[in-house]
Parts: sequence; C-alpha cells; structure tokens
Amino acid sequence: MEKKEIWTISEITQYQKIKPVSYELLARGRTLADELAVPLSAVVLGSAVTENDVTELIYRGADKVYWVNHEQLARFIVENHSNVMKYLIRSYQPQIIIAGATTQGRTLMPHLSVRLETGLTADCTDLKIEKESGLLLQVRPAIGGNIMAMIKTQEKKPQMATVRPKSMKILPRNENRKGKVIPLDINDFLFDGRVTHLGYQKSEEEEVNLSAADIIVSGGRGLKKKENFALIRALAKQLDAAVGASREVVDRGWVSYSHQVGLSGKTVNPKTYLAIGISGAIQHLAGMKTAQIIIAINSDPQADIFKIADFGIVGDLFEIIPLFKKKLKKKRLYS
Amino acid sequence: MKIIVPIKQVPETSQVKINEETGTIIREGVENIINPLDLYAIELAIQLREAHGGSITVISMGPPKAEIALREAIAMGADEAILLSGREFAGSDTWVTACSLAALIEKIKPYDLIITGERATDGDTGQVGPGIASFLDIPLSTYTRKIESINNEHIIVQRLIEEGYETLQLPLPALLTVVKEIAYPRLPTLRGKQKARKIDVPVFCGKDIPVKKEDLGLEGSPTRVIKIYRPQVTRNGTILQVKDKKTLTESIDRLIFFLEEKKIISF
Repeated sequence: MEKKEIWTISEITQYQKIKPVSYELLARGRTLADELAVPLSAVVLGSAVTENDVTELIYRGADKVYWVNHEQLARFIVENHSNVMKYLIRSYQPQIIIAGATTQGRTLMPHLSVRLETGLTADCTDLKIEKESGLLLQVRPAIGGNIMAMIKTQEKKPQMATVRPKSMKILPRNENRKGKVIPLDINDFLFDGRVTHLGYQKSEEEEVNLSAADIIVSGGRGLKKKENFALIRALAKQLDAAVGASREVVDRGWVSYSHQVGLSGKTVNPKTYLAIGISGAIQHLAGMKTAQIIIAINSDPQADIFKIADFGIVGDLFEIIPLFKKKLKKKRLYS
Repeated sequence: MKIIVPIKQVPETSQVKINEETGTIIREGVENIINPLDLYAIELAIQLREAHGGSITVISMGPPKAEIALREAIAMGADEAILLSGREFAGSDTWVTACSLAALIEKIKPYDLIITGERATDGDTGQVGPGIASFLDIPLSTYTRKIESINNEHIIVQRLIEEGYETLQLPLPALLTVVKEIAYPRLPTLRGKQKARKIDVPVFCGKDIPVKKEDLGLEGSPTRVIKIYRPQVTRNGTILQVKDKKTLTESIDRLIFFLEEKKIISF
C-alpha cells in the first residue's frame, strides 16, 4: 500500500485565524491516516497566519503543516486557491484530500478536482478505508437524505471529498504531539488576478452561522406570526444557540434566508437541534436529521418531526416556551 | 447579453419512495420537475435580459424526457433550449456532467454569463456549476445572493459565506451559482406556454461534442457509487403530551433534566 499522505485543507477567518472546521478535518483525517499508516497533513493558505496558530494544527492531530503566506491569499478567491493547491498537490502527491463542506470547500474542491482530473464526493457524513484496497469509502446522504450512498474513486488520484461540518468531534489539544511545520514560498505566476475582492460584510445578526453552531433553535409555522419569532430568538440567546427556521417562515419574511434549514436552505449538523412549531416536512428533515440530538415541540402529535426526535413535547408552544425559559433562568440563578 | 442557464430535471423529492428491500428509489409514478433551485437561476437570467437585452439559452443533460423541463424554462421566459441526451451519458458523475456540459457550452459560444442553481435537490452536490467554470476557465462566484452591478466588462456580485457575505468583481464571461435570495421565480405566462409547445428543442448527443466516448457517462466517471442504503430514520425518542398545567410543568422539568443529562446545558 502506498505511503502517500492524507491532506486536509484548513480554512482561515478574515483575521487570518484558523477556523475550527480545520480541526474537525484533522480529527476525521487522523483515523484514516492511522489506518493507512501514513502521515496526516494540514495545508494552510493565508497572508498572515502566525507560526503559533499553525502549530495548533499539530496539537490537534496533524503530522505536518504546509504553511503558505502570500498577500494574494488574504481572501478566498477560488481561482487563486485552486491554482496554488494544484501546484502543491502535483508537487507532493497526496493520496487523499479532504476539505470542509463549507462555502469555501464546496467551491474550491469541484474547481480543483476538474483541474486534477480526479473524482470528488460532496458533503460526506462519514469516511472509511476499504480494508482490501486501502481506498477511501465516502458516505453521503442523497435525495434529500432519503438514501445513503457509498462512493469510491477507484483509479484516479488523489481521492477527494468534502466533509459536512460538525460531523466529527475535534480532538483534544495535545501539546506533546510532535510534527513538522513546513513554510512554503509560492511563485507569483500562480495568481490569476481576474477576480477582485471588493469587501466583506458581516451578518447583522451574529447568530446566523448555523453550520458552526453547537445548538440550533429553529422556528416554524407554528409560531403563527412574525412578531412571535422573537420567542425563538430569545430562547436561542438564552441557550447560546444559533437561530434556524423552516422554509415557510422564511418565505413569509419572518426571518432572512440565511436562517433557512432544509433542502433549499442550509444542511446543518449541530449537537442539538430544537425544532419549535416545525411539523417536519421531508425537505426540512433533509437539512437537520443528522443532528446528534433532536428535540421537538409541536402541537400536532402526528407531526413527522416527532419520528426523528430524541425528546418531544406535544403541546402549545406559547405555553411551553415561556415556562421553559423561566425555569432555565431560575435554575441558573439558584445554582 | 447572452446568458446560458444549465438546468436539471429532478424527481419531486417529497414524493420519493424507497424500495425497502433493495434500497433503490422507486421512480414509477414520481413527478419530474425542474430542480427547484434552478428556478432562481432562470429568473435571474430573465431579469438581466429585461434590464440589458440579449437572449437566454437553457441547456440540460438528461434522458429524452428532460426536454419537458427545458420547455418549462421556455414557458417562464427563456428564448431557446438545447438538450444533451443519449445512452452514452448514462451514469455520469458530477465530473463528467460538468465536462459534457462545458463541451456543449464551448460549442454554442459566445456567451457573457452562465448562471446555475446552487445545487440540484436530488444529488445535492453543488459540484457541476463550479466544475463547468473550471473546465471553461472562466471566473466563478458561488452562493451568489445579489447582483450589485453589471456592464459589458464586469459583474459585481455579493456572495453568501458562513459569516455574512463578500463582494466580488468578476470580468465577463463568468459563471454564477445563485441562492434563493437572488430573485423570486415567476410563473410561466400564457404566451410562454404557447411558445414552449411550439419551439424546436435540438437534441445533441455524444458525437456532437468534442469529448471522447470513453470519457463520457459511467465509463468516464472518476467516482463510483458502490452501495446505496436506507438511513435509519426513526429514533424512538421520548414523546410527552401536555394535557394540563401539571403535565406542562412535568414535561418542561423532564426536558431540562434531559438537557442536563445529555450535557447540552449545565448550571
């Protein structure tokens, strides 16, 4: 079996800090690398990422870190990132490359897989190694989560996959882990120069980052009117959670599209998903059913959401939520 | 302005049924529709044509019946349609699909803009749009939520990212994949429907595009689906019923206990 490396593509914030999804990828890659007995590497492309920060990737499971700083890599521009990655991959020949199924990963990876003339599997929820062949088995939901498909890139190399964020727990930090940080210089000719990054706007509402949230509180049509959506926001705030919504609620303009969970919105994978006043249309379930724990509150005992709930309360949410909030607050005060 | 919109015909997902024994999808009796997320791409194309003139060509790769989806796009307001169809395309993965569609686009160029939906609701990969841009080597903006401005040389767009959005300037021709926020799809018009009935939809096959036969369809696909199975759906969770004040209080106490027990909240 070949000893070629497994690579994870790290992501950075606009402030050049490593995003947590990078550590998730290392946790995912670690099990694969151990099984194949090959090195696990992280690739960091940025303009001012510090050595301290890239060393953190070693503590989180990497054996090597390829560390590139170049002013042209300050922002994610797919053409530039794709050119640089292609160059690095051609130079080092990793056998597997994984990236987050994020707006960056799901843009960069298909672009890159075309250039590398190799296969790519999107939004995997599990990755394994096939014993006999040592090939990567890529598991992903399809048809709105109705089926799971196991996919393999048989002959082409590298094997590429994007992995759903939050589908793997970050490894505990281990400062005793040893690894190698390899700074690399990149030639200017790799930069495309066609696309210009003009600006960046943070969402007005802090809580929109659904894909990174541990807890999501989601509201649906059961809230009856726009003003009542404040109930969801307030509960989310209390639980330090992100705010999600069903399609009906977004279509009615109660909350912006960036909150929409489901087939035509975001696919989320939090530790805990609280569905409030959501009946659980198949399109909605497709976007959240891989959550570790699902809690449902709905007045209709026949609602499909209860079929996939770990804990459910059938009742009037306008009675349940205020009392729930009150009890939470009280408990916090007296403990 | 010449705009190309690649679309896909998909099964209406809410109707999809699975054969429990074989784990395969039962296709019979399932309605086929235009991928709902492609409607936003078509709508944006129509709005751009209304504002700047030009024409819209919708293209699709699929079985002969995918022609219906193309005619629906004509009914919405697209000007012409081309279908890429033939047995040689069967079993194409996203890589080969992007390759085949890019080859068709090369054949019908010039164009100023290619607009696709964010992803199709059946395969759910979102890889074909970016793949086409990569094959054609034209600038790409994914998750596009707004067009700020467009002239003969450039387009300025807002692109949705996890933390908010960013603004990009792309030279034309370029490819955009768009999200729901971009526009609200219109319904087909009566005139559009009449046009859709009459219009000739040319069908291109493998021989009509400059891709070798062995690079098409399943044979040309780098990835293989080796197994399909049904995920576990029911979780058999605890479901409590609120009937009165007492059960209300009890339910909430048990919910809080559950949250503590699962270490979701701590006090």
